[in-house]
Formats: sequence, C-alpha cells, structure tokens
Amino acid sequence: MGIRLDSVTVAYDGNVDTLALDSLDLTVEPGEVMALLGPSGSGKTTALRAVAGFVRPVSGRVLLGGRDVTDLPPYRRGIGMVVQSYALFPHLRVDENVAFGLRARKTARSEIRQRVAEALEMTGMAAYARRHPRELSGGQQQRVAIARALAIRPDVLLLDEPLSALDARLRSGMLAELARLHRELPDVSMLYVTHDQVEALTLADRIAVMDKARLQSCGTPRELYRSPADAFTASFVGGANLVPVTVGTGGVSFAGAELKVGTNGVAAGARATLCVRPHLVGLGQGPNQLAGVVREIQWRGATHRLYVEVDGHTVMADVRELKAPPVHGDPVTLHFMPDDAVLLPAEVSHG
Amino acid sequence: MLVHSRGARWAVWTVFAVLFLPLFALPLLVILGASLATHWSGVLPSGATVAHYRAATRGEALQALTTSLLTALGASLLALTVGTWAALAAAGLRKRYRSIMDALFVLPVAVPSVVVGLSVLVAFSQPPLLLNGTRWIVILAHTVLVTAFAHQSVSAAITRLDPAYEQAAASLGARPAHVLWRVRLPLLLPSLTAAAGLCFALSMGELSATMMLYPPDWTPLPVLVYAATDRGALFTGSAVAVVLMAATLLVLFAVSRVRTRASYR
Repeated sequence: MGIRLDSVTVAYDGNVDTLALDSLDLTVEPGEVMALLGPSGSGKTTALRAVAGFVRPVSGRVLLGGRDVTDLPPYRRGIGMVVQSYALFPHLRVDENVAFGLRARKTARSEIRQRVAEALEMTGMAAYARRHPRELSGGQQQRVAIARALAIRPDVLLLDEPLSALDARLRSGMLAELARLHRELPDVSMLYVTHDQVEALTLADRIAVMDKARLQSCGTPRELYRSPADAFTASFVGGANLVPVTVGTGGVSFAGAELKVGTNGVAAGARATLCVRPHLVGLGQGPNQLAGVVREIQWRGATHRLYVEVDGHTVMADVRELKAPPVHGDPVTLHFMPDDAVLLPAEVSHG
Repeated sequence: MLVHSRGARWAVWTVFAVLFLPLFALPLLVILGASLATHWSGVLPSGATVAHYRAATRGEALQALTTSLLTALGASLLALTVGTWAALAAAGLRKRYRSIMDALFVLPVAVPSVVVGLSVLVAFSQPPLLLNGTRWIVILAHTVLVTAFAHQSVSAAITRLDPAYEQAAASLGARPAHVLWRVRLPLLLPSLTAAAGLCFALSMGELSATMMLYPPDWTPLPVLVYAATDRGALFTGSAVAVVLMAATLLVLFAVSRVRTRASYR
C-alpha cells in the first residue's frame, strides 16, 4: 500500500509562524523503502507522525493506498510503527506485547497464537517469548518492537529512528536484519526516519532529504550522492567539499586556477558552487590541480583526512593511509577528476 | 546526603537521633507504654496489664474498628475512582482548564476540615439528599477530604507517563478505551496503590469533620479515642489508639506489598 502526503502542513499549538512541516509533497510507492533524512528539527518525525495520525495537519491530505485518512484516528489507520524508545509495554511479556495489536483487533485466539509465533520467529526472538521487556537488551527489545508492529500485518511500516538507541555494532547488524525483513515482506511500504546518512543510503530505495520543515530533495541514494541538486543535500548525504566558483567556458575558475568540469549549460560568468566528495580528491599531481597548505590532518585507520586551505577555503581530502603523511603547515597539491565534480547553483555554503 | 568521613557520619546520625527520637518515636512509645499500664505517677508507667487491650478489641471498640476500616475502605476506593477519573479527564484538557481542575480538587484540603464537615452537614441535612444520621454522610465527608490526594498523585503520575506507550498502542489498532484499560491503568497501578494507601491512612485518622457528622451506630475509632481521653480514661484511650495505629499500618503494609509487585521498572 502506498503512502501519499499531499501538501501537508503542520503547525504545533496552532502557531502558524513556526511550521513544523511546510507543505510537504511526498509519495511512497507500494513496497518501497523511503528514508526521511535530515537533522533534528527538520520536520522528518513530524511527517511520520502525520502519517501515523498523531498530529493533525492544518492543511493538506494524507492518503494510504489511495484512501484519504487525514481525518481518521491512529487506531483506524492500520499502520505498524516502531519508535526509538521501543515503547514495549513493561507490564506485558514479550508474547503478550506482540499479541497486543491482534487482541485489540479481536483476532481469533488460535490465529493470535500462530501469528505471534510467526512474528517472533521472523525477528529471531522466539526463545524470549515468556520474558518481560526489562529482561532484554536494547537490541532484543527493538526486535520485539518490530515483531509487535509486524504481527498485525500492516501494509505500511513507520520506523522512527529505530536504531538510534543502539551501539554502532548492533546498529549495523540490525540494519542488515531490516534489509532482510524488507526482502521477506516485499509488499510492505516503509517510511524510515533517520538522521544517519549511512542508514538511509544502506536501506532506502529512495531518500527524501529534509531541512527546516521543508523537503529539500528526493531521489535514489545514488542520484543524491552522485549528483545532488543543492548544497544542503550534498553536504548532508555523504559529506562534500563545497566551494564558490565562477563559471567559464568548459570549466570553472576557483582561487585563480582553471578547473575542467562539466558546466551543464550554465552561462559563462555566473556564480556557482562546486561540489566534490572528499574521497574523490587525490593528493599530488593530476588533472584539476589545487595548491594549498595543510591545516589539519586526521588519521582514521584506513584513511587519512586532510583539511587543506586553498585560497581561504578549506578543502577536505580522504586518501588511503599515507606512509609519510604531511604535517601541519606543509604545502600540498590536490587534484580531482573532471567527472567527479558537480556544479550546484550558488547559495549559502554549508560546507 | 553524602558524608564521607567516619566522624561526620557519626555526627549526622547523632543529630538525626536527637531530632527524630523525641519528636517522632518517643510519643508513640509513650502511648504504647501507657496502654500497658495501670498507673503512671513516676518517670515510667507501672502496674503492667493487658486489660485495656481486652477492652480495646471487643464490644464497642471492635465495632468502632470495623466502622473505621469500612469507612476508610469505602472513602479511599471512592476517592481513587473519582480522583483517577478526573485526573485522566484533565490530562486531555488544555493547560489552563487543567489548572482550574487542579485548584477545584485541592479546595477541600485547603479549607479546614471542620468547615468541610459543617458544609457537608448543612448540605445533606434536608431533602432531596437527606444523608444526615446515616453512615453515608461520614463516608461522603471522608471521600471529599481525601480525593484531593488521590487526584494529585494520579495526575502527577499521568504527566510522567511516556506518551509513546499510548501511541504505540493506538498505532496497533487499540481504541482509546482499550488503551486505557490495557496500557494506561496498568502502567499507573503503582501510583494508584500508593494513592489508595495514602487516602486510607488519612481517612483512618480523620476526627474533626467526623465529630460533627457521625451517627450513633457508626462511630469510627478516632472518635472513641477522643471520647475515652475526654472522660479521663487515658490508658484505655491509649490502647484503642495503639489498635488504630496497628490496624492502619497493617493495611498500609499489605498495600505496599501489592505495589512492589505492580512496579515494573
């Protein structure tokens, strides 16, 4: 079942000056995983709560599978939801937690037993059915929360920062689990709210990038990463060097250097922002050279990250671990391939 | 308080003992001593006897104990129901109306209980609601007096309740009534039992409003204690007071057992 948000606007406490969500248009196709990615306060959780029915839009419509649910209370929307704090009922055992939605819907007793077993089996929690939530670790509690949401066989699954409370190792494990669940349930649409670009890039079919209550851009992870349409998306999805340039013919000029990049029909003489991913910047001689001075160097195990000052702008470069890394203050030369740069419209730089 | 050095810890305990023993523990011990004595002319009571307890656990006194227990039970259950209901209803209101509700419920404790007793007496002494002369007027007055505490502790617990639980329940398809019975009330249970215990204890000790209202066939225990000491039977009064204290503590202990079993985190 698909999800459609039709210019949904949300204002908390009727305060129209500070919108929590500013006319959001978003469509999630049936069976698709859509990640809502953005910093905190960007409106991504508000969008999810509007779909769940916990906030009422001041204008706009929410449609589930073509049905307008804007005026329906949450319990009549048939949505599975998993939140960051798990929200498992502490007074109920794991199997009772999973059965909760089925009991609320007055499902037949024999079917409840079968569906609970199925949901616990699917999340690998069958052995813990008789325990209470407080006896489980964070990762196990999150599995139970997912089992509880899946037991009602929802067509739409909403996930609100489901992995944020877990440590890094557990998180990557759960990410793989979620990807597997999605393969096993190909018809379930998922709306996945996160501030973590790795989760979004790993799991999502498409990513909607949000900032300041607005949708910034929406596309497949590859599109957003390879050819972001704006500076915010470029810096939030994957990190980027963003430098102001002047467009010439067949290239741009930056810091007195002529760089060969595709100008994509932008008129010569215009101001623009050049975006290059740090790991695509190389050290030493090559095409599109930039000369600068090392301001900071961080060793990250497999890579070194260099912060190089080029004509007053900082350019980041991630290079394979160096045997003899340059030190602070050394002059260095950077380069990048013409294909690896993207020209963005000039705007306030986030880099 | 964190006290690290050994000397300071001793000093703190000494101050505690000097303050606590004479103020809180000794008066209760004195009652216990008096209840077991026939004379008290020296420093310590003399003439040990259990005769007062024989009197305090049968006949009129036993009748009064049952009366007190039933009154406290009725009043605390009523207060808990009304207070919880009001607190749950107020939780859905806007902040301004919620504080009006809070103020209304605090009113009976802000007003002296003699005033509450008198107002209940005046209000229910004539038709259509003629309760004067029945046990119901005592239970009603106690309910009015203790509901404030039930309401206050339950509404404090409701504000602490994480809305994520109700939202999770609602997203799973539970109607508001189902959410209330299966999620909110079970999660509030520890506060509900605490509130019930508090109401029970307050009702067991209520005297000033009761004095104006009690009918002859519904005499609660505090009235009996007062009557005994008033006519100079100090030792009998002490024995009845000890029975009152023991009965209250016993019920509170039982309630606290329920609470420890009902707290989940």
